[in-house]
Amino acid sequence: MKIHEYQAKTILAKYGVPVPRGEVANTLPEAADAARLLLGGGASGVVVKAQIHAGGRGKGGGVKVVRDLAAAEDAAKAILGMQLVTHQTGPQGQKVQRLLVEETAAIDRELYLGIVLDRATGKLVFMASQAGGMEIEEVAAKDPTAIHKEEIDPVIGLAGYQGRKIAFALGLKPSMVNAGVTFFQSLYKAFTETDASLLEINPFITTKDDKLFALDAKMTFDDNALFRHPEIKALRDVAEEDPLEVEASKYALNYIKLDGSIACMVNGAGLAMATMDIIQYAGGSPANFLDVGGGATQEQIEHAFEILLSDKNVKAIFINIFGGILRVDRLATGVVAAARNLNVTVPIVLRLEGTNVEEGRKILKDSGLNFEVGATMKEAADLVVAAAKAVA
Amino acid sequence: MAVLVDKNTRLIVQGITGKEGSFHAKGAAEYGTVVVGGVTPGKGGTTHEGWPVFNTVAEAVEKTGANATVIFVPPPFAADAILEAEDAGLPLIVAITEGIPTLDMVKVWAKIKGSSSRLIGPNCPGVISPGKAKIGIMPARIHLEGSVGIVSKSGTLTYEAVHQLTQRGIGQSTAIGIGGDPIIGTTHIDALKLLNEDPETEAIIMIGEIGGAAEEAAAAYVKAHVKKPVVGFIAGQTAPPGRRMGHAGAIISGGQGTAAEKMKAMTDAGIHVVISPADIGAKLAEVIGKA
Repeated sequence: MKIHEYQAKTILAKYGVPVPRGEVANTLPEAADAARLLLGGGASGVVVKAQIHAGGRGKGGGVKVVRDLAAAEDAAKAILGMQLVTHQTGPQGQKVQRLLVEETAAIDRELYLGIVLDRATGKLVFMASQAGGMEIEEVAAKDPTAIHKEEIDPVIGLAGYQGRKIAFALGLKPSMVNAGVTFFQSLYKAFTETDASLLEINPFITTKDDKLFALDAKMTFDDNALFRHPEIKALRDVAEEDPLEVEASKYALNYIKLDGSIACMVNGAGLAMATMDIIQYAGGSPANFLDVGGGATQEQIEHAFEILLSDKNVKAIFINIFGGILRVDRLATGVVAAARNLNVTVPIVLRLEGTNVEEGRKILKDSGLNFEVGATMKEAADLVVAAAKAVA
Repeated sequence: MAVLVDKNTRLIVQGITGKEGSFHAKGAAEYGTVVVGGVTPGKGGTTHEGWPVFNTVAEAVEKTGANATVIFVPPPFAADAILEAEDAGLPLIVAITEGIPTLDMVKVWAKIKGSSSRLIGPNCPGVISPGKAKIGIMPARIHLEGSVGIVSKSGTLTYEAVHQLTQRGIGQSTAIGIGGDPIIGTTHIDALKLLNEDPETEAIIMIGEIGGAAEEAAAAYVKAHVKKPVVGFIAGQTAPPGRRMGHAGAIISGGQGTAAEKMKAMTDAGIHVVISPADIGAKLAEVIGKA
């Protein structure tokens, strides 16, 4: 689960990580109040930052540094409500619903800090680089040696000596090393205690008066661990998510919207991905990823249909089920009932295999509804691509 | 011979009194697996469907001589169940549970890595040696005893590959579902090594998916050590970056873990990579001369 920068900074501040003073603003008057407060409190300037879940906000015009109140109000007016387009939002962009107004800092150096899981070792890795402000993937591609990595033993945590190695690798002044170690260890503590899956401070800055700050903060969390963090779960902002994906999550359906015209309904994540692949291989393009799981009920199938059909790009539906535990005849009954109840008119192509497949095919045939059944995955993919093209 | 599971397997079920555990204990026994009991803390001393239930894994092992366990414990408690099985010295631990927090698995892995216990999963369908025994949730009747080994991150795609083989009259030695989580006990390399060393396995199907770099590492292993023909498929060729595709581990992040990279590494290693999931069985038949 993703959260906003201001939320991540609130969490980090609780763990003693220094962040710039700032206020979140949902409206223009709130933004003006925040700027007034900060400028009145001695800030030499403020930065107005769009709060959306995507990165690359600065380049898209979603971050402005200003020196006085009038300019802050203008910046807020320009950013709040804008459709912010970044390399992570797609061409349609993301509407800016709130701002973070922060005091500016006298930046000396911009550095990078990150914590991620290294799958190969099964351990967390602390990453640090002097190339702050750049995407870490770019740094890794250009010069992997520019990234210092410390593998973390889960029993010990980020040890003091590892913190010092990071501080020296970043070239922190000797007088700042201890503060750096505390900073890094606080980040690690915040990561593990909230079950984060990614933490990035980019940039991590040093100031002219030798202070350290998390100037930006990105945190994402392990969905599988949210059950033990209700306070983190409460930070979810559904306005940042695709409405159809939000709807699907209500019914425990694993749905991801894509841009194509052929909707898919599949059991199992691997087969669902493979179904998208075979649609493309057959010359079509998938409208979504959807895993209905191993025990899909008729109710779930109805909800799945509703979600697939709400996507206006959808010209045909491909149902690909390998019934192991899920019996194919039960699934067919569910599909027929759902298609009837919802009066589905787009062509539906099914490919069914597994337990009670003959009974399942008969139920579809006897329904009198417009189903096509492919004998193999390949044949069904060809049928559904042809059906979608006939509609378009 | 097959690997991991056979007629000598003596299986206990952690979570045997739950709906899933109970259902699949029966399924395993019906297939011929020797199921010797189960564990549900607090229900020790009772029986369930005729099997003795124990409070702890250690006690179950002591009383039944179990040498394998399958875990159907809910996600919040599953990591602990794995640790308990390792502590009891079980050589094979198959964790079916989906949704275990990653940081729980970081701790489990620190403990399991150097131990004599082998962990399969979590978030996996389990292991089957057709005609001998099965541990897991796979539909048994699609399988056929034979000599093709299968390793896969995905459950339903494993069934798909098995089915395509069985329809062609090509049997399987052992099918290993290694699971779709970021941290898994047995990786593609580990499973390939087992199948490569199994005299009964004559050819291998390797199914991967986007995310991580385990397939690339496995490809390097195949290139260096595997003489048996290997057919490969990678799911998620059309998956967008930055989105988790169902499995917790199936995500392209920072341009890493794409299907294209994996397919290239596998092709370069001499693996017969198919682009379409419908061609897995046909390709295997072709490379072993049974097309």
